[in-house]
Amino acid sequence: MDFLSIILDILLSAAFWTAVLRIATPYVLGTLGELVCERAGVLNLGIEGIMTLGAMAGWMAVYQGADLWTGVLVAAACGALLGLLHAALTVPLGLSQHVTGIGVTLLGTSLSYFVYRLVLPQASTPPTIEPFQPLALPGALAQTPLTYLAFLLVAVVAYVLYRTPVGLAVRMVGENPAAAEAQGLNVTAIRIGAVVAGSALMALAGAFLTLSAFNAFFFNMVNGRGWICIALVVFASWRPGKALLGALLFAVFDALQLRLQQASGGVLPYQLFLMMPYLLSILALVLVARRASYPRALMIPYRKGER
Amino acid sequence: MRLEPRTDTPLALRLLAPVGAVVAALALCALLVAWTGAPVLRAYGLLFEGAVGSRFALTETLTRATPLILTGLAAAVAFRAKLWNIGAEGQLYMGALAAVVVGGGMLDLPAWALIPVVMIAGMAAGGVTLLGPAVLKVRFGVDEVVTTLLLNFVVLLLVSMLLEGALKDPMGMGWPQSAPVVEAAELPKLVERTRLHGGFAIALGLSVLLWLVDTRTIWGYENRAVGANPRAAAFAGMPVTRIMLRTALLSGGLAGLAGAAEVCGLKGYLTLDLSPGFGYSGIVAAMLAQLHPIGVVGAALFIAGIFVGADAMSRAMPVPNYIADVLVAASLLCMLVAGLLARYRLRRG
Repeated sequence: MDFLSIILDILLSAAFWTAVLRIATPYVLGTLGELVCERAGVLNLGIEGIMTLGAMAGWMAVYQGADLWTGVLVAAACGALLGLLHAALTVPLGLSQHVTGIGVTLLGTSLSYFVYRLVLPQASTPPTIEPFQPLALPGALAQTPLTYLAFLLVAVVAYVLYRTPVGLAVRMVGENPAAAEAQGLNVTAIRIGAVVAGSALMALAGAFLTLSAFNAFFFNMVNGRGWICIALVVFASWRPGKALLGALLFAVFDALQLRLQQASGGVLPYQLFLMMPYLLSILALVLVARRASYPRALMIPYRKGER
Repeated sequence: MRLEPRTDTPLALRLLAPVGAVVAALALCALLVAWTGAPVLRAYGLLFEGAVGSRFALTETLTRATPLILTGLAAAVAFRAKLWNIGAEGQLYMGALAAVVVGGGMLDLPAWALIPVVMIAGMAAGGVTLLGPAVLKVRFGVDEVVTTLLLNFVVLLLVSMLLEGALKDPMGMGWPQSAPVVEAAELPKLVERTRLHGGFAIALGLSVLLWLVDTRTIWGYENRAVGANPRAAAFAGMPVTRIMLRTALLSGGLAGLAGAAEVCGLKGYLTLDLSPGFGYSGIVAAMLAQLHPIGVVGAALFIAGIFVGADAMSRAMPVPNYIADVLVAASLLCMLVAGLLARYRLRRG
């Protein structure tokens, strides 16, 4: 069988598209979260740690007896808290968004591992929970509720950003905070709000991993997904619709590399296939970098009366 | 309340800032320790004892500090020039890879010649790894934070692939590890019957050298100028692009050297768990040192002590050793605030 017909076979199977939607979900949520932060002018490199904490906290809540949706809420609340920390340091204090973000990632990751090890000191095989089940729908539509929530949130975020005063305010503080201030808007409060909301979305991406995609928490489970989301935001030129498209496209390639890895039967080292998502993200960045239209005030702290 | 920039920061305040940050981080993490139910003071006492309480503990801390000094310097020189190299972890592994290839027996040289060759190979591999993102930054305007972060994962997969393939040790009982480097490539021990090796001396020497370059040469002046204001530097006739690429080679090289030194001084061969996040902790070391090359040594010693001490402490009481990672992350965030307080003063109204 030649290469093209293998690809065609894969693309025509319903199982493939089911996998694509599943793989896309954390990227959709994470990219959406990062997008909300960046639209308000704050780069959030804490995403990797926030996703890890969301994954751990959501799972831990359910493991301790909470129901799945409570777990989702716990994850979102933990993400919002870390987001608040990032916002407090970068918005009113105006600290380096790069370094603070790395600090938040280190903190979120280490706190997750610490708490997990504290509660489960001797778990050699990770204990499991009963995760979200796919809805009884035909074909690729058989997804878990969190996937549907993710796609719904794309529409919600797009509507809020472009059709409501709140969204206008968020976009304004990310483009021209001085002008927003002159309009009587509180730049600091809006930026903090956006970072907190965005971080809650990122934590949902993490919670999807432990409550839907798998049923346990592993160390290194987020595995760079957060960084890929940051690349996807640039690729999507900071638009929710394009972010969805980017995440789906990315998931198609990721699902394809998984299938090809199986089809190649070990002729090529599996690591080559696993590298693809990361290399693809770098390629995407290079392709769009020239015409990327960053929010004008991205990474520029705003202090009243200072220029 | 508002922040007002100080016209200059007194040296005492610059030295006090990291101390204050560390104390704040220790106080915050005391809450976590208390939450585990362990007695806080005893836990910190055990941590301190485990880090510096005996000859063995002390040399272990110095050994652990060796790669941290180098990755700390890598972050410091890059951040100085506003090159956000978050990829030291990947560059470290590339350096280690070069070390096991070059030092694996392909060259039949005496130790005095082979060691420098292996170290330089490690530096070159690390430098080239960062050169890619740096070129993408200056040529296409691609943000180097994301590219260096993503490359960390690519490099780890590459190492994993080679350890299971071309570089796999035939005598390794099936474990994914490389064959050991030849004896002539091994760094000499600094203290008999400990793990402390010559890499520590190299790291110390480089931090002094970098400090001299930074403060006494045109090179260092240009690097600082580009970091402070690239447009002004360009206007003053400095080749900003070249300085940026030069900085990338140096920063990546230092991280690569960390990997080569770990292989030749400590492990002897390469595995996938060579570095428990030295690349990321190096960033913390650089920030605690306020990007000062000599300060990096002190900061790296502190971080190394935390990790070594926490391992000892977690063996004696039910506090997971991840407390060390939390402490280091908290120190970074506290340091950012402390640095702000050193640069600004709080004014009412």
